[in-house]
Amino acid sequence: MKTFGEMGYPGRLIAVEGLDGSGKTTQIHLLQRWLEKQKLKVFFSEWNSSELVKSATSRGKKMFLLTPTTFSLIHATDFADRYDRHLLPLIRAGYIVLCDRYIFTAFARDVVRGCKPDWVRGIYSFAALPDIVFFFKTDLDVSLKRILDGRPQLKYYEAGMDMGYSNDPVTSFKIFQGKLLQEYVKMSNEFNFVEVNGNLCVEKQQAYVRKVVAEKINLLDYKQDRNILYLNKEKSEQ
Amino acid sequence: MPFRHKDLKQTIPNEVIVPKPVHHRFYGYGLPNINPEALIGTLIVIEGADGSGRSTQISLLVDWLESIGHATVQVGLKHSTLVSEELNKAQEGNILSHTTMSLFYATDFADQLENVIVPALKAGFVVLADRYIYTLMARDLVRGMDEAWLRNLYGIAVVPDAVFYLSVSPENLVQRNFAKKHSLDYWESGMDLGISRDMFDSFIKYQGMIREQFGRLQKIYGFTVIDGDKSIEEVNAELRKKIEAVLKRKSLNRRKND
Repeated sequence: MKTFGEMGYPGRLIAVEGLDGSGKTTQIHLLQRWLEKQKLKVFFSEWNSSELVKSATSRGKKMFLLTPTTFSLIHATDFADRYDRHLLPLIRAGYIVLCDRYIFTAFARDVVRGCKPDWVRGIYSFAALPDIVFFFKTDLDVSLKRILDGRPQLKYYEAGMDMGYSNDPVTSFKIFQGKLLQEYVKMSNEFNFVEVNGNLCVEKQQAYVRKVVAEKINLLDYKQDRNILYLNKEKSEQ
Repeated sequence: MPFRHKDLKQTIPNEVIVPKPVHHRFYGYGLPNINPEALIGTLIVIEGADGSGRSTQISLLVDWLESIGHATVQVGLKHSTLVSEELNKAQEGNILSHTTMSLFYATDFADQLENVIVPALKAGFVVLADRYIYTLMARDLVRGMDEAWLRNLYGIAVVPDAVFYLSVSPENLVQRNFAKKHSLDYWESGMDLGISRDMFDSFIKYQGMIREQFGRLQKIYGFTVIDGDKSIEEVNAELRKKIEAVLKRKSLNRRKND
């Protein structure tokens, strides 16, 4: 598997991964604002947000129809739809694409639910790897507290209630999140995650995120007024 | 179908065949938390294009199987509570990419597999599947999807006890489709592939391509090919003979190595 950059695409993809409550959504939002203020071509995409697929997913969740296999496949369908319709075309047009969760969310969740790792990875093999993956590594207690303090109503699948760990949603959520964290940690080396200490304050994290992005991506290449220049460059490289 | 009662009278035996439990297996990684050896029923798949006579044959087979004492469940593609509504919408709009459609169909299949096929097999039923993973794979292969990717994806499927492919010539399919609905279906004509704006042309070419893929899949998965150009009665007699052998756990020629 290669990154978009390694595959010669003009655009770049930055993904954030981590547990619920790890602070990744806050951080990618601040990153997006920073890139937009610099008048760069930026697009943001969120896990599980393809219009058509979403209605099936929410019905499945509401009616408790999902098994580990169909949970995995319906999220893969959603991802494929966003990938083929938004992510890839925008990357080809030279955008910086920001993803709140990418294939690693599936790798972690589906494997915890009992799907075979190679099966899940095979399914997502059509997708290129992000150019940067930020992994917001937070102590389990910290992320649990953030979620449990703010949102006492845990959803069935979010809490991993389908796994039968416990009849108590909070207990089940804690066990499930703990297992997810283990999966993320296992993947960190293999996929070159940039680890961000999610226990730090928002500003310190953001400063680090911006520094890494500026180091790894030549941001001037992604200015909104650079369209023509970029298309020419793409041609000359071919 | 007046021939049915006469035919059935001749073939109803006094004794009910009691199939021995067989060890099923998955094609690939299988389903989490399901032991394939607990699937003691019999899975029979009928494959073939629209107009190949699948549904006619299946309703005759259900009637016959129940009359000789076997509890039977029918299952088809694209009927699941989970995604069939969205799948229909997606087909109408033709807005999804090949990968997305492929995964959507796979979700639908997995839903039926886990919620209908597996429970019925556990309960020892005879499951008659109106199409299975092979149609889904053939359609995707014609659209350029990667074969290894598809085989991994459908590694969740239970290996059937028998797969019958009703092979009908494209010319004959056209005639049967017209006799039934006086029109050709957009997707069954492969219009999304842009082979031809002429639907008739496109249908003939597309069905030829699908047949070619089935030919390749047959070598991998070992279907029993049934000449679907024959009459309903002849095809049904052949299917019954072969299914009876399956229920007696006699190997069809294709299962030498199992």
